[in-house]
Amino acid sequence: MFVTSAFAQESAPATAEGDTHAGTAVPAEEHGTFPPFNAETFPSQILWLVITFGLFYLFLKRVVMPRIGGIIDVRNDRITQDLDHAARLKGEADAAVAAYEQELAEAKANANKIGQQASDAAKSEAESTRKKLEAELEKKLGEAEASIASIKAKAMKEVGTIAEDTTSAIVEALVGGKTDKAEISAAVKSATR
Amino acid sequence: MAAADQVDPIHQFQIHPIIPLHIGGYDISFTNSALFMVVTIAVASAFLYMSTASRALIPGRLQSVSEMAYEFVGNMLRDAAGKQGMQFFPLVFSLFMFVLVANLIGLFPYFFTVTSHIIVTFTLAILVIGTVIVYGFAKHGLGFLKLFVPHGVPGYLMPLVVAIEVISFVSRPVSLSVRLFANMLAGHITLKVFSGFVVSLSALGAVGIAGSVLPLAMAVALTALELLVAFLQAYVFAVLTCMYLNDALHPSH
Repeated sequence: MFVTSAFAQESAPATAEGDTHAGTAVPAEEHGTFPPFNAETFPSQILWLVITFGLFYLFLKRVVMPRIGGIIDVRNDRITQDLDHAARLKGEADAAVAAYEQELAEAKANANKIGQQASDAAKSEAESTRKKLEAELEKKLGEAEASIASIKAKAMKEVGTIAEDTTSAIVEALVGGKTDKAEISAAVKSATR
Repeated sequence: MAAADQVDPIHQFQIHPIIPLHIGGYDISFTNSALFMVVTIAVASAFLYMSTASRALIPGRLQSVSEMAYEFVGNMLRDAAGKQGMQFFPLVFSLFMFVLVANLIGLFPYFFTVTSHIIVTFTLAILVIGTVIVYGFAKHGLGFLKLFVPHGVPGYLMPLVVAIEVISFVSRPVSLSVRLFANMLAGHITLKVFSGFVVSLSALGAVGIAGSVLPLAMAVALTALELLVAFLQAYVFAVLTCMYLNDALHPSH
């Protein structure tokens, strides 16, 4: 069975140990005293502890700890360096953004100015064109009025003649005979007045 | 005797020589204890050395573990003893790693637990207190004795307070070493006792095997607890070391 075989295995080294005890002639009372308080083993334990712990201390102090400390320092340096680098890049990016914004603002101001100028120029040009046109129109209007007045005067004058002609024709048809031109003209004038 | 050893929870703490050595009447044999000290430092050194071999900027899992242990102890020492305390970083880090790895290795079946012997933990504690005393006197001279004279204590109470401070200082290596030793010892004995129940009950036949499930579950749970204790005791040992070193750096508290 599993348990009994394990039991048998465990008992084998125990008897072997018992043999070594007998072979090295360790005092029999060792089994009687509590091993940790057996003063006979103290010198050996102290000596080997001093030797092993001393070696361990030196190894750690000289080899292991500088190495681990170095690894950690390198890592910390690297992290600090990376952080610095990141901070610098961020600063650069911020500066670039600020410069961009400034340029943008300048460009906007320029654009506004140019637009304003253009609109001012256009306005003044339009104004002058309008004035010129108005002046021309005024002039044309005056001319037209003058021509209308002259045409009207002429027409008015012709109206008299037509009336005289018509009157003389009517008079000739009704009365017959020749009519006195001066008489008719005076009559028309008095009628139209 | 072999059958008795099966359930003898003390057997695991026995020390036997592997290479017998006797110099000047002292037994300085290379024992199983010494072997596991060598194993402990070999495992700890190899792990720390190899996991950091690539020196990767972005650490892998093993390198992260090494770095975490390093920064864990480093922060512990900096918090307790300030920037000046960092000169003791190698000492505290080696103590932490040694105790931790020794505790963890001791959890493997058939492995010897170095820190379950009072002389080992006491030697380490004496190393700490010795460092505190030597550094304290070297740095502050007799001013180090201000450690035993707290501020703002009325004159008539002073002898009593100083006596208490001295006793507490002297008991530090004892408490430091006994805490670690007793935790490891008790934990391993409990573990062994419950595992022993499993074996003894299983020998009783079918009913025993069914009943042995209970202590087996207990042994599993205890193993998890011991894993926690192994880490916790290494941490406690290191943190107390940091606090004692702080006394050496700033005796007038």
